[in-house]
Amino acid sequence: MDLYAELIIEHAKRPQHAGLREPFDTETHHLNPSCGDEVTLRVRLDRSGEHPVLADVSYDAMGCSISVAATSVLAEECLGRPVPETLQTYAAMHAMLTSRGQDEGDPEQIGDGVAFAGVSRYPMRVKCALLGWAAYLDALARAGVDIGGAPTDVRALERS
Amino acid sequence: MAPRTPLTAQEVARIRADFPILARTVRQDRPLVYLDSGATSQKPLCVLDAERDFYLHHNAAVHRGAHQLAEEATDAFESARTRVAKFIGARPADVVFTRNGTEAINLVAYALSNAGAPGALDGADPAAAARLRLGPGDEIVVTEMEHHANLVPWQELARRTGASLRWIGVTDEGHLADPAEVIGPRTRVVAVTHVSNVLGTRTDVAAVVAAARAVGALTVLDACQSVPHFPVDVTELDVDFLVFTGHKLLGPQGIGVLWGRGELLAAMPPFLTGGSMIEMVRMEGSTYAPPPQRFEAGVPMAAQAVGLAAACDYLDRIGMAQVAAHDNALVTHALQRLAERPWVRVLGPTDPADRVGAVSFVVDGVHPHDVGQVLDDAGVAVRTGHHCAWPLHRRLRVPASTRASFHVYTTTAEVDAFVEALDRVPDIFGVSA
Ligand SMILES: Cc1ncc(COP(=O)(O)O)c(C=O)c1O
Repeated sequence: MDLYAELIIEHAKRPQHAGLREPFDTETHHLNPSCGDEVTLRVRLDRSGEHPVLADVSYDAMGCSISVAATSVLAEECLGRPVPETLQTYAAMHAMLTSRGQDEGDPEQIGDGVAFAGVSRYPMRVKCALLGWAAYLDALARAGVDIGGAPTDVRALERS
Repeated sequence: MAPRTPLTAQEVARIRADFPILARTVRQDRPLVYLDSGATSQKPLCVLDAERDFYLHHNAAVHRGAHQLAEEATDAFESARTRVAKFIGARPADVVFTRNGTEAINLVAYALSNAGAPGALDGADPAAAARLRLGPGDEIVVTEMEHHANLVPWQELARRTGASLRWIGVTDEGHLADPAEVIGPRTRVVAVTHVSNVLGTRTDVAAVVAAARAVGALTVLDACQSVPHFPVDVTELDVDFLVFTGHKLLGPQGIGVLWGRGELLAAMPPFLTGGSMIEMVRMEGSTYAPPPQRFEAGVPMAAQAVGLAAACDYLDRIGMAQVAAHDNALVTHALQRLAERPWVRVLGPTDPADRVGAVSFVVDGVHPHDVGQVLDDAGVAVRTGHHCAWPLHRRLRVPASTRASFHVYTTTAEVDAFVEALDRVPDIFGVSA
C-alpha cells in the first residue's frame, strides 16, 4: 500500500521525541472529532536571538499511525530550529498534503515528511496528518508567535 | 417471529442485480465489497425509479394549490405515508415525515420543551398534556450505548427544562444493565435504542417499557437500526414514540419517520413552525393543524417519501422475516470467521442470537483508521471511528472501532473477502497474528 510507507510505520511504532517534558511555555490539546484522535503538545521557545528557536517540542499522541507518525516527523524536523523555518516546513507539508497527489514534497524542505505524499490521495486522512501541526501552530500562537493567521482547528486547517 | 431460512445464493444474486452500484469497482479495479450499510444502505432501482417518476410526472408542492399536479403530488405523498405506516403496523395519521432520524428525535425533544411555554398545552387532553410536562426534579433516562442522535437532544432538553439526565449502563459484555435500576418515580422520559449501531445488540424493549410504564414515563425507541433488519410493529412494542430513518432502509437520504401515539401527538405543540402546519394565522398569533401536518412545516420531501414507500414494497416482497434470517446468517458467519483470528477482538456479545446487522471489532495495537484503510485498499468499505457513539466506546475502553455491517444484498462471499483482506493487517503494522 502506497499510503503506509516504511517510514510512517517506523515513526508510528517509535515516535521520536515523544512524551511530555518540562519545562514548557505553552501546552495545547487537540482532537479530531471525526475519529477521536488526540494529541497533547508542548513547546518551549528560546527567545535570546533575533528569531525564537524551538528549544523543545514534546507530545503525547493517541491515534492512527498517520497522526502519530506525522507528529513524530514534526518533532524530528522542527526541534532545535528557528520557528520561522518550522513554519516554512509546515507550509510545505500542508501544500503537499492538500495537493491530491499533485505535490510529491521536497525532502530538502520536509525531510521524512515526504513519506506522507501518499496521504494526499486519501482526502479523508489529510486531517490525521495535520492534527499534530494544528496543535503546534496553536501552541506557537499561545506563546505569542505570529503564525500568519493560520487557523488552529484541524478541520479549518485542512481547508485553508 | 417465525424463523425463516436465509436467502439462497441465487436469491441474493437476483437482489444484487437491483443495486447497480454493487457492481462497480473502487481503488484500482477492486470489486466493491460494501459493508457499511449501518451508515447508509444502497438503494434498489425501484426506489430511484419511484423518485424519478414523481419528479417526471407528478411534481408539485404537496398540500398547496388545487391544480391537478398538486392533487397528484399530495396523493403520492399521502399514499406513501399510508404505505410506510403499514410497514410498522401503524395508523397513517400517527406517522410524521422528517428529514432524517435525528430530526425525528429532535422533534419529540423540542415538542417537550415547547410544551413548557405558557399556553402551549391549552385545549390539550389533560391526561396526555400531563405526560408532556417536564421540569426541574424530573429525570430523562437514556442508555450509555446511544447513537449521539439519541443522546445529545436529550442532554439539551435536560438543559432547557432543568430536568436531569440519567443513563442505563452497559456491562463489560456489551449488554444493557437492568433498566429498572435507573428508571424511577422521577423519570418522565425514557429514550433507548432498539438495536445498537455499534454492538448490534437488541434491547429488551418489554423490560424498558414495563419499567417506564410503572412510573408513567414516555418511551422513545430509536429504531434506526432495527426497522431495516427485522419486522417491527409499533403495537407489539407498546412504546409511545418510535423513530427510524429512510436511508438505512434501502430508501432515499433526506427522509426520516416519527411514529407517535395518536393522543400524545394530538396534545404536542409543534417543533418547526411556518407554512403547511397551520390551521389559522392572524397577525396576533396562530393555531395549528392536527397531526401529522402540525409537525411537517414547509414543503415536505415528497419524492423521498415516495421512494421510501417503494423501499417498503421492495422489502415486503422479499419478506422481513426472510431479511432477518439472512441478516442472522451473515452475522453468524462473520462472528465465526473473526473468531478464527485471535488477534481480532469483537466488541459486544459473540452469540449471533444477540446480534443484528453489524459486527464491530478492534485489532489491539492497530488503530481502526489504519484497519479501515487496509480494507479500503482491497475494495472493502467499512466504518471506522466511534460511529457517533463516543460514550459507548469510552465505556468499552477503546478509542474507536471498525464496523462491518450488512443488508439484504450482502453475501457470505463478501464477508469472506473482508476477513481475508483483514489478514494483511498484522503484517503491515507488525503486530503478531
Ligand atoms: C441508532 C441510530 N440512531 C440514529 C441515527 C441517525 O439517523 P440519521 O442519520 O438518519 O439522522 C443513526 C444513524 O446514523 C443510528 O444508527
